[in-house]
Amino acid sequence: MRKYTPKKDVQAKSYYTDRFWVAPQVAKSPVESDATFSEDLAAIKEKFEVLDAYIQVDQMVVYINAKDNFDVIKLAKEDLAYTQMSELSAIDWLADKGQFEIFYQMLSMTKRKRIRIKCFIDEQEPILSVEKLFRSADWSEREMYDMYGVIVNGHPFMKRILMPDDWSGHPLRKTYPLIGDEAAAWYEVDKIFGKEARDVIGPEIRDTARIDRYDTERFSRLGHEVPHGAAIPEGEPKTPLAYQEDGGVFLIKKFHEDDSVIITDRDR
Amino acid sequence: MAQHQVNYTQDGGLPVALTTIDKVVNWGRSNSIWALTYGLACCGIEMMASGASRYDFDRYGTIFRASPRQSELMIVAGTLTKKHAEFIKRLYDQMPEPRWVISMGSCANTGGMFNTYATVQGVDRVIPVDLYLPGCAPRPETLQYGVMLLQKKIRASKAGKAQKPKRLM
Ligand code: SF4
Repeated sequence: MRKYTPKKDVQAKSYYTDRFWVAPQVAKSPVESDATFSEDLAAIKEKFEVLDAYIQVDQMVVYINAKDNFDVIKLAKEDLAYTQMSELSAIDWLADKGQFEIFYQMLSMTKRKRIRIKCFIDEQEPILSVEKLFRSADWSEREMYDMYGVIVNGHPFMKRILMPDDWSGHPLRKTYPLIGDEAAAWYEVDKIFGKEARDVIGPEIRDTARIDRYDTERFSRLGHEVPHGAAIPEGEPKTPLAYQEDGGVFLIKKFHEDDSVIITDRDR
Repeated sequence: MAQHQVNYTQDGGLPVALTTIDKVVNWGRSNSIWALTYGLACCGIEMMASGASRYDFDRYGTIFRASPRQSELMIVAGTLTKKHAEFIKRLYDQMPEPRWVISMGSCANTGGMFNTYATVQGVDRVIPVDLYLPGCAPRPETLQYGVMLLQKKIRASKAGKAQKPKRLM
């Protein structure tokens, strides 16, 4: 049973959370249930401290200390034949534990097995780069830095990879708002026109479904076009579809909608 | 002219057509809109389809150019990211005047479904826009109609060198 916490003022909360909902977990099985994984784990345990290990969806998950990450991955690559680094990134647990979880997903083509090496680091704590072992870690670590702000030591080119270099904040952190913070909202205005242009250009309109039929400065109806800024309190008159307006340019054939034929008989 | 009672301005008169400079210049301009290829996302596919043989933009004189210095129309087809915003401004500045901009699709108009930190919420925050085409993505017919409306707009404007500057600020 879960620990009881007082639920005073639960109604005053602005959002609804189901108190009895528990996030479903994929079933875990002990490492001993698989011979290959048992050997691998024993080899890792020989030299390094293993905090936790289990098998989930036919993949072994090994928790290690963050300071061992390079050596464990080197061991996995060179001695245990996990020769591919398929993925590497971080998970934001800052709200829960004040830590990032770093995972390294590795694949062995000869053993036809996958393992995941995991470790926890504090928010400002750097982690050692594994780029020397796997070239694929180059961009993944840059992305990890870009998206989470995890500092990677020993990386040859520690710059942002997706966001612009002068971006502030790390967008995949749980605390980063989806529509961005203030710097993000004004990024293009500040960069192109300067901060003083904020008043002229105005804030972003985030209501993308906004339509005002009578606002002819911004909207016009197809087939009912009126001049820019015209006042149409009674609705707009129908404008016939015409390629060339009357009194337009010579030499160009006028197209009138009335003269056109709509073909209904396909076998005509 | 008075002697022969020939109406030169009518068909069957002498092969002379009388018109104004404005009309001639605008006739030329409106029928040779060279567009900058600016496919940024999925809308770019529809823009390419409009240029290809089925919808055939060439018959409007709209020919896609790969250089801003050779084009007068920028069809912003797709999602403009904040990282790319400075480049669209730079390319727009490189286009010779007079120049026009069509914002194609919801993303270019308003940011569309990408109500996020990384998307510019409408290209009109960065460059002035003449036409907004709704849709996700607008069909090639919509883009065709848009170009036709733009041609009308060009023909309705003065041809003089002194174009009213289209500035955001
Ligand atoms: S408006 Fe729709 S089709 Fe066009 S770029 Fe955006 S998401 Fe793609």
